[in-house]
Amino acid sequence: MFFGEKAVLSEPVYEIEVEIKNADGLHMRPAMRFVDLAGTFVCDIEVSNDDTYVDGKSIMQMTMLAATRGTRLKVKARGPDAQEAIKALQELVEEKLFDDSAAAGSGGQKA
Amino acid sequence: MRLSDFICFDAVKAQLNSVDRDGVIAELVESLADAGKISCADSVKITQAVIKRENEASTGIGKGMAVPHVKHKLVKEVVATIGCTSQGIDFNSLDKQPVYSVILLLSPADKADKHLRAMENIFRNLRKNDFRSFLRQARTLEQIQEAIFDTDEPNG
Repeated sequence: MFFGEKAVLSEPVYEIEVEIKNADGLHMRPAMRFVDLAGTFVCDIEVSNDDTYVDGKSIMQMTMLAATRGTRLKVKARGPDAQEAIKALQELVEEKLFDDSAAAGSGGQKA
Repeated sequence: MRLSDFICFDAVKAQLNSVDRDGVIAELVESLADAGKISCADSVKITQAVIKRENEASTGIGKGMAVPHVKHKLVKEVVATIGCTSQGIDFNSLDKQPVYSVILLLSPADKADKHLRAMENIFRNLRKNDFRSFLRQARTLEQIQEAIFDTDEPNG
Protein backbone atom coordinates (compact mmCIF):
# COMPACT_ATOMS: atom_id res chain seq x y z
CA MET A 1 0.00 0.00 0.00
CA PHE A 2 1.31 3.39 -0.99
CA PHE A 3 -0.07 6.60 0.46
CA GLY A 4 0.23 8.43 -2.82
CA GLU A 5 -2.78 6.50 -4.10
CA LYS A 6 -4.92 7.75 -1.27
CA ALA A 7 -4.16 11.35 -2.11
CA VAL A 8 -6.69 10.98 -4.91
CA LEU A 9 -9.40 10.91 -2.26
CA SER A 10 -8.17 14.36 -1.22
CA GLU A 11 -8.10 13.38 2.43
CA PRO A 12 -4.85 14.37 4.05
CA VAL A 13 -2.95 11.52 5.68
CA TYR A 14 -0.21 12.07 8.22
CA GLU A 15 1.82 9.41 9.91
CA ILE A 16 4.46 9.55 12.61
CA GLU A 17 6.24 7.27 14.99
CA VAL A 18 6.14 8.09 18.68
CA GLU A 19 8.09 6.55 21.50
CA ILE A 20 6.47 5.62 24.80
CA LYS A 21 8.67 7.30 27.39
CA ASN A 22 6.76 7.10 30.65
CA ALA A 23 7.94 4.42 33.06
CA ASP A 24 4.73 2.42 33.32
CA GLY A 25 4.08 2.31 29.60
CA LEU A 26 0.75 2.71 27.87
CA HIS A 27 -1.51 1.44 30.63
CA MET A 28 -5.17 2.29 30.94
CA ARG A 29 -5.02 5.89 32.11
CA PRO A 30 -2.52 7.04 29.49
CA ALA A 31 -4.61 5.19 26.93
CA MET A 32 -7.68 7.09 28.11
CA ARG A 33 -5.87 10.42 27.77
CA PHE A 34 -4.87 9.46 24.25
CA VAL A 35 -8.41 8.40 23.34
CA ASP A 36 -9.89 11.57 24.85
CA LEU A 37 -7.54 13.75 22.82
CA ALA A 38 -7.98 11.69 19.65
CA GLY A 39 -11.73 12.04 20.05
CA THR A 40 -11.52 15.81 19.76
CA PHE A 41 -10.48 15.46 16.10
CA VAL A 42 -12.72 14.44 13.24
CA CYS A 43 -10.02 12.52 11.35
CA ASP A 44 -9.63 8.75 11.67
CA ILE A 45 -6.73 7.77 13.88
CA GLU A 46 -5.05 4.41 13.64
CA VAL A 47 -2.31 3.31 16.00
CA SER A 48 -0.10 0.32 15.45
CA ASN A 49 2.52 -1.67 17.29
CA ASP A 50 4.20 -4.11 14.91
CA ASP A 51 1.27 -5.89 13.29
CA THR A 52 -1.40 -4.89 15.80
CA TYR A 53 -3.51 -2.09 14.34
CA VAL A 54 -6.11 -0.41 16.53
CA ASP A 55 -8.53 2.48 16.51
CA GLY A 56 -6.92 5.38 18.38
CA LYS A 57 -10.35 6.51 19.55
CA SER A 58 -11.25 3.24 21.31
CA ILE A 59 -10.07 2.70 24.87
CA MET A 60 -10.53 -1.07 24.62
CA GLN A 61 -8.40 -1.24 21.51
CA MET A 62 -5.71 1.17 22.69
CA THR A 63 -5.18 -0.79 25.90
CA MET A 64 -4.60 -3.85 23.72
CA LEU A 65 -1.37 -2.39 22.40
CA ALA A 66 0.28 -3.09 25.77
CA ALA A 67 3.10 -0.76 24.81
CA THR A 68 5.91 -0.75 27.34
CA ARG A 69 8.46 2.02 27.83
CA GLY A 70 10.67 2.32 24.79
CA THR A 71 8.04 0.93 22.42
CA ARG A 72 7.67 2.86 19.18
CA LEU A 73 4.09 3.19 17.99
CA LYS A 74 2.97 4.33 14.57
CA VAL A 75 0.16 6.87 14.60
CA LYS A 76 -1.68 7.49 11.35
CA ALA A 77 -4.35 10.14 10.91
CA ARG A 78 -6.60 10.49 7.90
CA GLY A 79 -9.01 13.37 7.50
CA PRO A 80 -9.29 17.13 7.35
CA ASP A 81 -7.58 17.84 10.69
CA ALA A 82 -5.05 15.01 10.45
CA GLN A 83 -2.04 17.27 10.71
CA GLU A 84 -3.25 18.98 13.90
CA ALA A 85 -4.21 15.62 15.40
CA ILE A 86 -0.79 14.13 14.79
CA LYS A 87 0.92 17.14 16.29
CA ALA A 88 -1.25 17.12 19.42
CA LEU A 89 -0.93 13.35 19.93
CA GLN A 90 2.82 13.42 19.51
CA GLU A 91 3.03 16.16 22.11
CA LEU A 92 0.84 14.17 24.52
CA VAL A 93 2.92 11.01 24.17
CA GLU A 94 6.45 12.34 23.95
CA GLU A 95 6.41 15.70 25.72
CA LYS A 96 3.59 15.56 28.23
CA LEU A 97 4.17 11.82 28.82
CA PHE A 98 0.37 11.45 28.92
CA ASP A 99 0.23 13.78 31.90
CA ASP A 100 -2.24 16.45 31.02
CA SER A 101 -1.18 19.23 33.38
CA ALA A 102 -4.34 21.16 32.59
CA ALA A 103 -6.39 18.37 34.13
CA ALA A 104 -3.99 17.69 37.00
CA GLY A 105 -3.64 21.38 37.86
CA SER A 106 -2.32 22.33 41.23
CA GLY A 107 -4.83 20.23 43.15
CA GLY A 108 -3.08 16.91 42.68
CA GLN A 109 -4.56 15.68 45.94
CA LYS A 110 -7.49 13.35 45.65
CA ALA A 111 -9.28 11.62 48.48
CA MET B 1 -0.22 -15.28 27.94
CA ARG B 2 -3.75 -16.65 28.29
CA LEU B 3 -6.53 -15.58 30.63
CA SER B 4 -6.35 -18.91 32.42
CA ASP B 5 -2.69 -18.23 33.20
CA PHE B 6 -3.57 -15.49 35.65
CA ILE B 7 -7.27 -15.80 36.46
CA CYS B 8 -7.71 -17.55 39.79
CA PHE B 9 -10.77 -19.76 39.38
CA ASP B 10 -10.92 -20.42 43.13
CA ALA B 11 -11.64 -16.73 43.58
CA VAL B 12 -14.25 -16.35 40.82
CA LYS B 13 -17.66 -15.15 42.02
CA ALA B 14 -20.34 -16.30 39.62
CA GLN B 15 -22.96 -14.48 41.64
CA LEU B 16 -21.67 -11.47 43.50
CA ASN B 17 -23.35 -10.62 46.78
CA SER B 18 -22.44 -6.95 46.71
CA VAL B 19 -24.65 -4.46 44.93
CA ASP B 20 -22.35 -1.45 44.74
CA ARG B 21 -18.96 -0.74 43.19
CA ASP B 22 -16.85 -0.58 46.32
CA GLY B 23 -18.57 -3.64 47.75
CA VAL B 24 -17.85 -5.62 44.59
CA ILE B 25 -14.19 -4.60 44.66
CA ALA B 26 -13.86 -5.58 48.34
CA GLU B 27 -15.65 -8.89 47.71
CA LEU B 28 -13.33 -9.82 44.84
CA VAL B 29 -10.16 -8.78 46.70
CA GLU B 30 -11.25 -10.80 49.73
CA SER B 31 -12.00 -13.72 47.48
CA LEU B 32 -8.41 -13.60 46.19
CA ALA B 33 -7.22 -13.50 49.81
CA ASP B 34 -9.38 -16.52 50.67
CA ALA B 35 -7.85 -18.33 47.70
CA GLY B 36 -4.38 -17.57 49.08
CA LYS B 37 -3.30 -15.27 46.25
CA ILE B 38 -2.74 -12.31 48.56
CA SER B 39 -2.35 -12.14 52.31
CA CYS B 40 -5.64 -11.78 54.18
CA ALA B 41 -4.00 -9.11 56.31
CA ASP B 42 -3.35 -7.03 53.19
CA SER B 43 -6.80 -7.26 51.65
CA VAL B 44 -8.14 -4.04 53.20
CA LYS B 45 -5.15 -2.01 52.02
CA ILE B 46 -5.33 -3.50 48.55
CA THR B 47 -9.08 -2.89 48.37
CA GLN B 48 -8.51 0.75 49.31
CA ALA B 49 -5.84 1.06 46.61
CA VAL B 50 -8.16 -0.37 43.94
CA ILE B 51 -10.95 2.01 45.00
CA LYS B 52 -8.56 4.97 45.00
CA ARG B 53 -7.46 4.03 41.49
CA GLU B 54 -11.09 3.65 40.44
CA ASN B 55 -11.92 7.10 41.79
CA GLU B 56 -9.14 8.64 39.70
CA ALA B 57 -10.58 7.25 36.48
CA SER B 58 -13.33 4.69 36.05
CA THR B 59 -12.36 1.35 34.58
CA GLY B 60 -15.95 0.84 33.49
CA ILE B 61 -15.11 0.61 29.81
CA GLY B 62 -18.67 0.15 28.61
CA LYS B 63 -20.77 -2.76 27.34
CA GLY B 64 -21.44 -3.91 30.89
CA MET B 65 -17.78 -4.52 31.69
CA ALA B 66 -15.42 -3.07 34.27
CA VAL B 67 -11.77 -3.91 34.84
CA PRO B 68 -10.74 -2.46 38.21
CA HIS B 69 -7.03 -2.91 38.75
CA VAL B 70 -4.03 -1.70 40.68
CA LYS B 71 -0.29 -2.23 40.89
CA HIS B 72 0.61 -2.64 44.54
CA LYS B 73 3.71 -3.59 46.49
CA LEU B 74 1.76 -6.04 48.65
CA VAL B 75 0.87 -8.08 45.55
CA LYS B 76 3.39 -10.79 44.71
CA GLU B 77 2.14 -12.08 41.36
CA VAL B 78 -0.15 -10.90 38.58
CA VAL B 79 -3.54 -12.36 39.45
CA ALA B 80 -7.11 -11.71 38.42
CA THR B 81 -10.59 -12.84 39.28
CA ILE B 82 -14.04 -12.38 37.82
CA GLY B 83 -17.31 -11.41 39.41
CA CYS B 84 -20.68 -11.59 37.71
CA THR B 85 -24.02 -10.21 38.77
CA SER B 86 -27.46 -9.94 37.26
CA GLN B 87 -27.99 -6.68 39.12
CA GLY B 88 -26.38 -3.83 37.25
CA ILE B 89 -23.65 -2.10 39.25
CA ASP B 90 -22.96 1.59 38.86
CA PHE B 91 -19.28 1.91 37.94
CA ASN B 92 -19.54 5.41 36.53
CA SER B 93 -18.81 3.75 33.20
CA LEU B 94 -17.78 5.57 30.05
CA ASP B 95 -21.11 4.69 28.45
CA LYS B 96 -23.04 5.44 31.69
CA GLN B 97 -24.50 1.93 31.59
CA PRO B 98 -24.50 -0.51 34.52
CA VAL B 99 -21.85 -3.20 34.84
CA TYR B 100 -22.62 -6.93 34.94
CA SER B 101 -19.16 -8.49 34.66
CA VAL B 102 -16.14 -7.34 36.62
CA ILE B 103 -12.57 -8.49 36.04
CA LEU B 104 -10.35 -7.46 38.94
CA LEU B 105 -6.61 -7.46 38.20
CA LEU B 106 -3.87 -7.09 40.81
CA SER B 107 -0.21 -6.72 39.84
CA PRO B 108 3.01 -6.26 41.76
CA ALA B 109 4.28 -2.68 41.82
CA ASP B 110 7.50 -3.56 39.99
CA LYS B 111 6.08 -5.63 37.13
CA ALA B 112 4.73 -2.96 34.79
CA ASP B 113 5.43 -5.08 31.70
CA LYS B 114 3.61 -8.14 32.96
CA HIS B 115 0.72 -5.95 34.10
CA LEU B 116 0.45 -4.48 30.60
CA ARG B 117 0.48 -7.93 29.03
CA ALA B 118 -2.33 -9.07 31.32
CA MET B 119 -4.34 -5.95 30.46
CA GLU B 120 -3.73 -6.50 26.77
CA ASN B 121 -5.00 -10.04 27.14
CA ILE B 122 -8.12 -8.98 29.02
CA PHE B 123 -9.00 -6.23 26.56
CA ARG B 124 -8.31 -8.36 23.51
CA ASN B 125 -10.82 -10.89 24.80
CA LEU B 126 -13.36 -8.30 25.93
CA ARG B 127 -13.57 -7.08 22.37
CA LYS B 128 -15.11 -10.42 21.41
CA ASN B 129 -18.89 -10.23 21.49
CA ASP B 130 -19.17 -13.93 22.27
CA PHE B 131 -16.90 -13.74 25.28
CA ARG B 132 -18.74 -10.74 26.70
CA SER B 133 -22.15 -12.28 26.23
CA PHE B 134 -21.07 -15.64 27.70
CA LEU B 135 -19.77 -13.82 30.76
CA ARG B 136 -22.93 -11.77 30.97
CA GLN B 137 -25.09 -14.88 30.92
CA ALA B 138 -22.91 -17.03 33.16
CA ARG B 139 -24.45 -17.94 36.50
CA THR B 140 -22.06 -20.67 37.65
CA LEU B 141 -18.32 -21.03 38.03
CA GLU B 142 -18.38 -23.80 35.39
CA GLN B 143 -19.96 -21.48 32.84
CA ILE B 144 -17.36 -18.80 33.52
CA GLN B 145 -14.55 -21.34 33.25
CA GLU B 146 -15.96 -22.59 29.98
CA ALA B 147 -16.12 -19.05 28.58
CA ILE B 148 -12.49 -18.50 29.52
CA PHE B 149 -11.21 -21.79 28.15
CA ASP B 150 -13.13 -21.19 24.92
CA THR B 151 -11.72 -17.73 24.43
CA ASP B 152 -8.20 -18.91 25.32
CA GLU B 153 -8.21 -21.43 22.51
CA PRO B 154 -6.22 -20.30 19.50
CA ASN B 155 -9.28 -20.36 17.29
CA GLY B 156 -11.68 -19.26 20.01
